[in-house]
Amino acid sequence: MNDQPREMHIVPTRTYAAVWLVLLILLAATLAVARLQLLARYSVLGSLLIATVKAGLVLAFFMHLMYEGRFLKSLLLLTLSALMLFIGLTFVDVWYR
Amino acid sequence: MSTPTGHIDAAGKKMGMWFFLFTEILFFGGMFLLYSIYRYKYAQDFHNAAAEENIVLGTVNTAILLTSSFCIALSISAVRRGERFFSSWLQLVTIVMGIAFLVIKYFEWMAKIDIGIYPDSPVLLKMAGGEIIFFGLYYVMTGLHGLHVLVGCVVIAFMMRFTLKQTIHRGNVARLENTGLYWHFVDIVWIYLYPLFYLIT
Repeated sequence: MNDQPREMHIVPTRTYAAVWLVLLILLAATLAVARLQLLARYSVLGSLLIATVKAGLVLAFFMHLMYEGRFLKSLLLLTLSALMLFIGLTFVDVWYR
Repeated sequence: MSTPTGHIDAAGKKMGMWFFLFTEILFFGGMFLLYSIYRYKYAQDFHNAAAEENIVLGTVNTAILLTSSFCIALSISAVRRGERFFSSWLQLVTIVMGIAFLVIKYFEWMAKIDIGIYPDSPVLLKMAGGEIIFFGLYYVMTGLHGLHVLVGCVVIAFMMRFTLKQTIHRGNVARLENTGLYWHFVDIVWIYLYPLFYLIT
C-alpha cells in the first residue's frame, strides 16, 4: 500500500482521446439535429437523449465509473432515481390538478 | 489523512467526494425540475425566448468545457505516471479554459443586459409570463453553474501548487482525483444546460 496504491490502473491516453473525440462529434450531432430540425417534433427528446449519452461517457470514462464497484454505481442510481421520482411526481401533480 | 502506518484511505476520500456530488445532483436537480414544469406549461414562450440565445457562443462554450474535462483527466494520468510538470501544465490549461468559458459567459450576459433583459427590468416585465420565467431560470442556472466553474478554477490552482510541491504524487492522487470528479460534474451540468437553453427553439 505504500508504493503501490490500489486502483493504479491508468486509463490510456488513447482511450481519453477517443472519448473526447466522440463527445465533440455528439456536440456537432446535437447542433445539427436542432438546427436542421432533423427529428421535427422529437427534437427535444433527441437533444436530451444525446445529452444523456454525453453525460454517460463523461461518467463512465472521465469519472472512472466503469472501473468502480457495484456499491458506488448503486448509490448514483439511487440518487438519479430520487431525482426522477421528484420530477415524475411533480408532473403527475401538474397533469391531474 | 494519513494514519500512523502510512496508509492512505483513497477509497474513503473518493466516496466522500461522490456523496458531495450526489447532493450537488439534487441541488441542480431542483432547478431542472422547475425548468421542465414551466417549459411544459409555457411551451410557446420558452420557444420564443430561447431564440434570443446565442447558439454560437453556447456551442463554443460546450466544446471548451468538454476539452477542459479531457485535460484534467489527462493530468491525473500524468501524475500517476510521475510526470508532475506535464500534469501541472495540463491543470493550467484546464484553468485557462475555465476562465475562457466565464469570459464568454460574461459577453453573453452583457449582450442580454444591453438590450434590457435582466431580472426585474422594464423590458423583461413587459414580456409574456413564460419568457420572464425562462430568462429568470437562465440567469439563475447559468449563474450558479458559472459560480461552480469559478470555484473549480480556484481549486485546480491549489492542486497545481500541490502537484509542483509534490504533496500530490503518484502514491497520493486523491485530492487531484476528487477535483477532477468535481470538474467533470460541472461539465455534465453544462451538457444538459446547453440543449435546454440554446437548442430547444
